[in-house]
Amino acid sequence: MSAPRDRSAPVAQEQRGTWRLTPAVRMGLSIAVATGLYGISFGALAVAAGLTVAQAMALSLLMFTGGSQFAFIGVIAGGGAASAAVGAATLLGVRNAVYGMQMQRLLVPRGWRRGVMAQLTIDESAATALAQESPEEQRRGFWTAGVGVFVLWNAFTLAGALLGDALGDPRRFGLDGAAVAAFLGLLWPRLQAREPIALALACGLTTALAIPLLPPGLPILLAAGVGAAWGWLRPAPSAAGEGQTP
Amino acid sequence: MSLWTAILLACAAALATKLAGYAVPARWLHSPRMHRVAGALTVALLASLTVMNTVAHGSTLVLDARLAALAVAAPALWLRLPFLLVVVLGALAAALVRML
Repeated sequence: MSAPRDRSAPVAQEQRGTWRLTPAVRMGLSIAVATGLYGISFGALAVAAGLTVAQAMALSLLMFTGGSQFAFIGVIAGGGAASAAVGAATLLGVRNAVYGMQMQRLLVPRGWRRGVMAQLTIDESAATALAQESPEEQRRGFWTAGVGVFVLWNAFTLAGALLGDALGDPRRFGLDGAAVAAFLGLLWPRLQAREPIALALACGLTTALAIPLLPPGLPILLAAGVGAAWGWLRPAPSAAGEGQTP
Repeated sequence: MSLWTAILLACAAALATKLAGYAVPARWLHSPRMHRVAGALTVALLASLTVMNTVAHGSTLVLDARLAALAVAAPALWLRLPFLLVVVLGALAAALVRML
């Protein structure tokens, strides 16, 4: 099973707009299945929390960021105020702004595409794009994972909201294990040298230590802060002196 | 605040947050230094997502079947197995440990 690769820029130009099963498309599709099926859990829990089917669908279609959606219905289910639910969901979504900045840098979308891309900017689409080397693959990875998760997440939210718990917990089929393997698989190609390995370990440890101490959604922002500071303070490898500017 | 108002407000805030990232001018993001920041940020985000998906359960650390998925995925990636196979092996590992 050898992966087809873009060999040269002219070939990549010719294939612009065509959809083949490139490594990025395959990654996007597998991560879309692993994540999208969780819509069942969300739909079932949303209805159990007292939302109507239409309200559950509004969250999956319009909010479309899983962590925030679970936080929203979690607060409602716990009898919390609606304003507290809005606050928790918004806080959890802040990392999407960090992803948006990264996607803006890589893919430079214009016009209506920017709005659509913004709505599709979540953990899975950003991670799939960031894991690719060539701009074409980054673009394919983003759209495959983004559209794939959107379609499956909404279809399975509806299924979960209508059927309740009848379909069972997706964790029984190891879907949470699939997500773990997928994110490690996206990180793996970056771990080719000592420095990124050290950075990944530092950020992983930061996240683990922060999970019990901070509200959900903040540990990843703390890790992002560690990563940004690391990149900012690191001296330039070739141009001596640049790292010493105040 | 009615439930519908809260839902629509939270959805608007979520989209505004996503759009805020794209509002940063692209030229700010293309200096050599920002290039290094972006590279380090990528590793940081992917490492954090991996750890979160492995051990986080809300605000608690939980060691469960997901750890088996990580333990199987790492050597599979080391052996350069295809991505899809690694994901399937991760799911199988978690499902098997849960069945035991």
